[in-house]
Amino acid sequence: MTQSLLTPSQLSRRSLLRGAAVGAGVVTVPGLLAACSGGGGGSGSSGGAKSQTISLGSNYSDPTPKKAIQDMMDAYQKKSGNTVKVNTVAHNDYQTNITRYLQGNPDDAAAWFAGYRMQFFAQKGYLADVSDVWSGLTGFSDALKQASTGTDGKQYFIPLYNYAWALFYRKSTFQAKGYQPPKTWDEYVALAKKMKADGIVPIGFSEKDGWPAMGTFDYINMRKNGYQFHVDLMAGKESWTDQKVKDVFGMWASLFDQGLYQPGANGRTWEEAGTSFAKKEVGLVVFGTPHVGLQTPKAEHDDIGIVPFPAIDPANGTDSIEAPIDGFMLPAKAKNVAGGKDLLKWLGSPEAENTYLKSDPNNIAVNSAADTGNYEGLQKDSAALVAQAKHISQYLDRDTRPDFAQTVVIKAFQSFVDKHSKADIDAMCANMEDQKKSIFSQPVS
Amino acid sequence: MAAPPASSVEAAAPRTRRVRRGRRRRLEAGDIAILSVLVGVTIVIDVLLIWGTSIASIILSFTSYGGLGTPDFIGTRNYHDILTIDLSFIPAVEHNLLWLAFLGVVATPLGLLMAVLLDRQLRFSRFYQSALYLPVALSFAVVGFMVQLILSADQGVVNAILGRTHGNGIDFLGDPHKNIWMALLFASWRHTGYVMILYLAGLKSVDPALKEAAIVDGANPVQTFFRVVFPTMRPINVIILVITVIESLRAFDLVYVINVGRNGLELLSVLVVDNIIGEASRIGYGSAIAVFLLIVTLGFVITYLTQILRREEVR
Repeated sequence: MTQSLLTPSQLSRRSLLRGAAVGAGVVTVPGLLAACSGGGGGSGSSGGAKSQTISLGSNYSDPTPKKAIQDMMDAYQKKSGNTVKVNTVAHNDYQTNITRYLQGNPDDAAAWFAGYRMQFFAQKGYLADVSDVWSGLTGFSDALKQASTGTDGKQYFIPLYNYAWALFYRKSTFQAKGYQPPKTWDEYVALAKKMKADGIVPIGFSEKDGWPAMGTFDYINMRKNGYQFHVDLMAGKESWTDQKVKDVFGMWASLFDQGLYQPGANGRTWEEAGTSFAKKEVGLVVFGTPHVGLQTPKAEHDDIGIVPFPAIDPANGTDSIEAPIDGFMLPAKAKNVAGGKDLLKWLGSPEAENTYLKSDPNNIAVNSAADTGNYEGLQKDSAALVAQAKHISQYLDRDTRPDFAQTVVIKAFQSFVDKHSKADIDAMCANMEDQKKSIFSQPVS
Repeated sequence: MAAPPASSVEAAAPRTRRVRRGRRRRLEAGDIAILSVLVGVTIVIDVLLIWGTSIASIILSFTSYGGLGTPDFIGTRNYHDILTIDLSFIPAVEHNLLWLAFLGVVATPLGLLMAVLLDRQLRFSRFYQSALYLPVALSFAVVGFMVQLILSADQGVVNAILGRTHGNGIDFLGDPHKNIWMALLFASWRHTGYVMILYLAGLKSVDPALKEAAIVDGANPVQTFFRVVFPTMRPINVIILVITVIESLRAFDLVYVINVGRNGLELLSVLVVDNIIGEASRIGYGSAIAVFLLIVTLGFVITYLTQILRREEVR
């Protein structure tokens, strides 16, 4: 990116100057180029019946989901006679580069997330309206439609599956030690302390990737302050300096202070934390179902227990579940719009979900007509968790502006993991609120 | 940072120029056309890619811009925010300067030391040379992966050797007081080899007669090196100084691979990329950080140029 274009043999005074200027200036080039080449796309759509080539941008880069996507595409190709070219990019890189990707030369359909994280791009004009595709789809609930709808009331997203974030434990460990899954915060803390006394690292934790800690924050916040407060806080309507927010951090900090977390979270990837859980090195973990499922051998999936994150305020109970929805969108600059829409239409069908989940049984179908008979135990439990929830949230980085989540929240949470005294929390909250005000004052589009 | 004086190669320059001037009278119109095309293309590229983008960065730094449409001018708000509420900016500046100091004070002298030792025709000198130069052939992205394999708390080699596994490992990469030093260690590992190979070439080009003369005049080896050999290598010294500054200011890949340059590994380049290229797409804000990087860079460039120009005037 800002790499110098020089090799040592060419080094001279002039090239030093040039290198310096390029280093500082080159970063704006992609933006300008992208801005210049705006418009123009979307004219290359070919007629309906003729077989065509459609490209799909995918962040399903881990082996299991990657295969599931390919299986789904194979089924589509067989059915439609079209050819699908899947361009897979490493999960985190795809997300990091999404803005540039959508502005530049995107595929005809692209994997993405529902909720605010999609609406943000729709509002910026990077996504094409797929309301016409939606009108032909069946089996999706109103809640799903809402999660796929932009701020202008049009649909921009086709959901594929969702998965629950929850508290995970190992049934065999619990049986051997006589533990009970915690229902309330006090039980949760007591259990973790007991585990510690028994020589088990109580709660597995990772925050190197920047997002895993958001799940715990969201849950403490929703259990304590309720779903609506979560929504308003994410939308920038509530203040981060509110005592309610500081109390969330305070409760969270108490887990660190009592030594209940796996230490060194900022240096641990989610895969490593998932592996610790799979190896039973930690007793509990707050994760999404696939994060646990992908790292644990399939034969041991039945040993994984899943319960809602414990209740804090009885008024809220466990009425909210974080169940992020993954799916697909149509970039506004797609070259083959008709093909992209045809593919999206198939992706919204129960067959597509069945095909995907057969290869990647760590998620749950969202189409009510999808086949749930073959669900493994973990999937059934996860689906039941989502089904009983009164409110479904998407996840911190999907419920708020990406510019806030990516440049402010991640850094704040990592610093919180590192130091979390009362003074640290006050300073962090004050800074988050300052940065939030600055970022939210700038219009999205 | 003071730049050493112009080299002997440059001293020869006026002579060459005079010769060329004599020949120019005989230049045909065609030659002049070719020359002006060559110079013209260079100037156009220079203006477009360097001045154009730099000025664009400066202009964008006063805007709020998401990448499409027209940027909104918001005055100096980006600068105000960077200096007041952005908790990553000051650490990033500090880390860049620390990077420069560490490479300049530790890695570069170490490279020089290696070069001097290897220049003494030790046994297996070629082997040492290759071993020390090897990391230079690796990209920083690869080095970054190696860092994780070696230092990860749960699965790293070092913790395995120390017997600190099962969540008990030393958190080299997650602890913000340790990870910057680990990054510097690996950056120096690579930089030392680079400096060594350049100095080896430089040492070979030093006229042995100079050393002999110094010894005859009664200089001890240390004096010979610092008073005679080192000053003779001025052209190499300049190159190494420039490389060290560039490497420190453009440092990016290593920390980006380790943890996306957060939590103790903030660098200006990462902040720029994070804001502009990342999902956030705060192009105006990122440009303002890039302007700070430009100012730091210009500081070095101007110091360097004034030194050179002053010397040419003296001549």
